[in-house]
Amino acid sequence: MNIIWITTLVIAVIGVIVGVGLVFTGKKFAVEVDEREVAVREKLPGNNCGACGFAGCDALAGAISRGEAPVNACPVGGAPVAQAIGDIMGTTAGALERKTAFVACKGTCGVTKNQGNYIGIRDCRAAVLSGMNVTDCNYGCLGFGSCAEVCPEQAISVRDGVAVVNRNRCVSCGLCVKTCPRGLISLIPESKIIRVQCSNKDKGPMVKKVCQAGCIGCGLCARQCESEAIEFDGTLARVNPEKCTLCGKCAEKCPVKVITTTPV
Amino acid sequence: MRNTFRGGVHPEERKELSREARLRLFNPSGEMVFPLQQHIGKPAKPLVQKGDAVLVGQRIAEADGMVSAHIYSSCSGKVKAVEKRRVLSGDMAECIVIDNDGQFTCAADYSVRDSESNLSVNEIVQRVQDAGVVGLGGAGFPTHVKLRPKNPDAIEYVIANGAECEPYLTCNDQLMRTNAPAIVEGLELVLRLFPNAEGVICIEDNKPEAIHAMEIAASGKQRISVRTMITKYPQGGERSLIQAVTGVDFPISKLPADVGCIVQNVGTLYAIQRAVLYHEPLFSQCFTLTGEAVAEPANFMVRVGTSYRELLEANGGLKPGTEAVKALAGGPMMGVAMGSLDVPIQKQNNGLTLLAEDPVAQAEKLMTACLHCGRCTTVCPVGLMPQLMADAAIAGDLDRYERKLYGLECIQCGSCTVACPAKRPLMQTFKQAKAEIQAKKKREGGGQK
Repeated sequence: MNIIWITTLVIAVIGVIVGVGLVFTGKKFAVEVDEREVAVREKLPGNNCGACGFAGCDALAGAISRGEAPVNACPVGGAPVAQAIGDIMGTTAGALERKTAFVACKGTCGVTKNQGNYIGIRDCRAAVLSGMNVTDCNYGCLGFGSCAEVCPEQAISVRDGVAVVNRNRCVSCGLCVKTCPRGLISLIPESKIIRVQCSNKDKGPMVKKVCQAGCIGCGLCARQCESEAIEFDGTLARVNPEKCTLCGKCAEKCPVKVITTTPV
Repeated sequence: MRNTFRGGVHPEERKELSREARLRLFNPSGEMVFPLQQHIGKPAKPLVQKGDAVLVGQRIAEADGMVSAHIYSSCSGKVKAVEKRRVLSGDMAECIVIDNDGQFTCAADYSVRDSESNLSVNEIVQRVQDAGVVGLGGAGFPTHVKLRPKNPDAIEYVIANGAECEPYLTCNDQLMRTNAPAIVEGLELVLRLFPNAEGVICIEDNKPEAIHAMEIAASGKQRISVRTMITKYPQGGERSLIQAVTGVDFPISKLPADVGCIVQNVGTLYAIQRAVLYHEPLFSQCFTLTGEAVAEPANFMVRVGTSYRELLEANGGLKPGTEAVKALAGGPMMGVAMGSLDVPIQKQNNGLTLLAEDPVAQAEKLMTACLHCGRCTTVCPVGLMPQLMADAAIAGDLDRYERKLYGLECIQCGSCTVACPAKRPLMQTFKQAKAEIQAKKKREGGGQK
């Protein structure tokens, strides 16, 4: 009987000592957590995609609360999240339009041919390294769907040999942009639906040889444009989303119909 | 004396298809395309313009910087254009296109032999550099850079690589049989640069005629010996040869010159001899046309810039009733699968193999999960663990791939892929992982600057 009492007593005394110690050290070595960081972290979407450039949502929350990142740094959350974080941080978020991924290639199986007979790992990056060019066009979509594989939201699918983005699901994390070995994908503000759906920088006749749908660099679009929104990268037309007024005249004139006016 | 290296595989050789065909010069009639990048390093700068008349052996593009090489015309005619053409890598690259007049008028007489006794070391290297010689074993590294290591006295071995371990290819075999004295002379010229070095000619034992010819040519030479190697792939890899000759394991992240070795392909030595003694620039090299789908497998001295398709069609074309399912520039192990035959032959290319059936497609059908049998580890000539590397690469753990498993040391010989009973695409995975790591390093390096 005695042993039970002694044991209970010893355990109780140890408990009290450790408890006091914990309280003391807890006060002494407390890490100051910015309460705003916690609040910001709660507002962030929490899918840890890393698209903001930080290691994850926790890291971004820390950076925002320390003022190292803007309140609208999260591309996934977009305007509503930026607004909420702005309220916490006491600054205005500014206008941030939701961006979506856009695949600048229209080279479906019907309009362009595959070159050679690539057999190997079904991955765009591996296909590019294989030394076989896979597609006749040196710039076009390979269609193995590396972008679809990395997409955390399953927003990309390959249809008829070209990657297609489901704009409703896209969270503009930018992982597909980094993955595409041909650099076809870019993030473009959602409302700017006038886009050139081609990435071939070769001259017109060479484009014609490899793809029926490619931009031939004729320049008709640029002549139509009243706001000088069409810029040329070599012979490839590009619409500058900042200048584009969405009038759609360029798309009407385009002889190869490579400028889109519908959301793709 | 081991005369071989650790690991390796023995793929089906199939050298009998073309091994008895004598080397002959092929004179193409169509237009000739000279890519400005036919070597490792910076692309050359064109010296000619559209409409210029050129002769055989005329310099049409000059080296841009130290690690680069001159490019010489291999035909006479008029420059048609300097434009982008499709090259072997599948990309469009800047090329000089020459309209061949079929005369092959030479810019100088390349049959006059220069006296060799009073050549200084610098003159030898200078002549090699002027001739635009690059490594003809496949990599295309400018030879003059290789001939100028930091400490020439520390070089113990100059290895003439006549192993030709690549299945199907036989052009080096034929070159050694027919031009053995020239190759030995080329080796002697290289040995002059390295006073303390010993010349070793390495040939696999499946080429007895070549060994015999080289032994006769090298007999009586003090510093040169011929060594017979066990037939095994990748015996002709730089590291494998050094391991076989010196008997020590090749340390990682080192260059051959660091362990006192210089390895030169026999084709390169032949080009060095032609360049130094005859002032002949590099515009032709030995080349094998072979494969089950080829009507008449043959060996050529082929002119740089010839189209693969023309070479094939002018020499019998495809075997009737067969279809070339796979075209490879080079042999089946190190060769590059080609998307189109309408590309020019470059300096460092040494074969066209047309296969009637595609082993990769067959392997893909049979592919299963990894059996963890460890055969890939047994055969790896570098001593890596391909099974673990593949796991890391597929999982995207590039840090582990690089730091723990030394994945960047992979020489991409493909031995593991051949040995794998589960038919997994190991080498392809490593190639991708290496490219990703290098791209990442480039990005980060660029960020720091």
